[in-house]
Amino acid sequence: MSKKQDDDLDYETTGHEWDGIKEYNKPLPRWWLWTFYATIVWAVLYTIAYPAWPGIREATPGLLGFSTRAQVAEDIASFEAANAGINERLASVELTEIAQDPDLNQFAQNAGGAVFRTWCAQCHGSGAAGAKGYPNLLDDDWLWGGDIEAIHATIAHGIRNEDDPDARWSQMPAFGEILAEEEIAQVVNYVMSLSEEPRDASMVEAGETVYLDNCAACHLDDGTGDRWQGAPNLTDAIWLYGGDYDTLMETVTYSRFGVMPPWTDRLSEAEIRAVAAYVHGLGGGEAPAE
Amino acid sequence: MGILDKHKIIETNATLLLILSFLVVTIGGLVQIVPLFYLENTIEEVDGMRPYTPLELTGRDIYVREGCYVCHSQMIRPMRDEVERYGHYSLAAESMYDHPFQWGSKRTGPDLARVGGRYSDDWHVDHLRDPQSVVPESVMPKYGYLEATLLDGEYVGDLMATHAFVGVPYSDEMVEAAREDFRAQADPDSDFDGLMERYGESVNVRNFDGQPGVSEADALIAYLQMLGTLVDFSTFTPDASR
Repeated sequence: MSKKQDDDLDYETTGHEWDGIKEYNKPLPRWWLWTFYATIVWAVLYTIAYPAWPGIREATPGLLGFSTRAQVAEDIASFEAANAGINERLASVELTEIAQDPDLNQFAQNAGGAVFRTWCAQCHGSGAAGAKGYPNLLDDDWLWGGDIEAIHATIAHGIRNEDDPDARWSQMPAFGEILAEEEIAQVVNYVMSLSEEPRDASMVEAGETVYLDNCAACHLDDGTGDRWQGAPNLTDAIWLYGGDYDTLMETVTYSRFGVMPPWTDRLSEAEIRAVAAYVHGLGGGEAPAE
Repeated sequence: MGILDKHKIIETNATLLLILSFLVVTIGGLVQIVPLFYLENTIEEVDGMRPYTPLELTGRDIYVREGCYVCHSQMIRPMRDEVERYGHYSLAAESMYDHPFQWGSKRTGPDLARVGGRYSDDWHVDHLRDPQSVVPESVMPKYGYLEATLLDGEYVGDLMATHAFVGVPYSDEMVEAAREDFRAQADPDSDFDGLMERYGESVNVRNFDGQPGVSEADALIAYLQMLGTLVDFSTFTPDASR
């Protein structure tokens, strides 16, 4: 034991000593040192191979010609090339034919589902059941039409937006500026009576007169609505903003102005058609009008 | 090993070690940072970028105040999945008028670099008031108080003058008309010709929160609806050497 200690003292020490304990000044292991030198060489080669050293106008481009932008462009191009055939077919067939072609339909449903979850789900919900003010796309109640052509037009150009001249447009007047509060209460009771029980049955009759004078032009005499103007059907129990008395009072007094953005700028025609096919296939899709 | 054995001199001399370390860090910094200020391909020119309008700039301040950047990034990276989800990858020029930039570093919520025009104003109002009412799976807190806090734009001119001081090209005219432009942008019935003349025809002039007066929600939504919409990508050719 003591002999070994004496041997050790032959090594060079750093000169530091604490309570008789000395610190050796041993060289780094050879393998460690050579690995370290290798990383330096690697770093120099790396800056030659990849963009690195700054110059006067631009940095050295590197021998490998690597570019992040070229890489993402290439990624996107190869993905597009892989789907080019079917996307081209999707973008050129008659919309009504998509559902007839099993391959095309399967592609459209899957691609459309991905588009829906990325771009549409924030308003219409990830399951397409909508929310207050954002239509449920699972039922068969459509504001602007539920055949695939109508759905496609709505998605492409949107509703009441200022960005697309072909956007669907209509505006319900704020009847608070036109009718007395009493008249609004009457018409709200009448509208409630079309689908369920009114709050105050005595107002329904007067409400019908107000309705025919003010509302029937868009919502039609029988209250079934007009899809050319996006005027909702008032006779069913489906409400976009709510069918209770207070909500209907608010709707009639201040009107509503639901906006949907156009998607032609952000999505390709094939993507818009895919998502139209997806929405059409959710359950409420209608056959094309004759 | 000659010179390599001399490291003992540096290691046993603290002052010398400090001076030499400082020298190494300085050279490293100069080589890495300084070229970014003059290299042509790092400051790529694009069409369409303009300084933010007074209302948007105020909205941006609210964005910073509320710490939106903690959960939302504004930086679409050049990768296929990001480009397909959020749109064209972000360009350096798109944050040229941001002091400080809002790239963020974490996405608890989605990237907002191109959120402009993606949702309706109503959606933003609903979503700020109660995020879960439109996105049930969201963990975002509620910001309903923004629409209840009205702004009069008293200091927006000073805010713009400060931005001009650090290099944003606000003209004296823009700073003078700041308060007028601030009110005009949130009121479609106002005379907003001056605003359009100063900032361009594509400025959104709407009553963003649907309520009278200019609220913090108006300002924030005006800012969000502008994000990522300024650059004209039809005239943009990416510089391949990046």
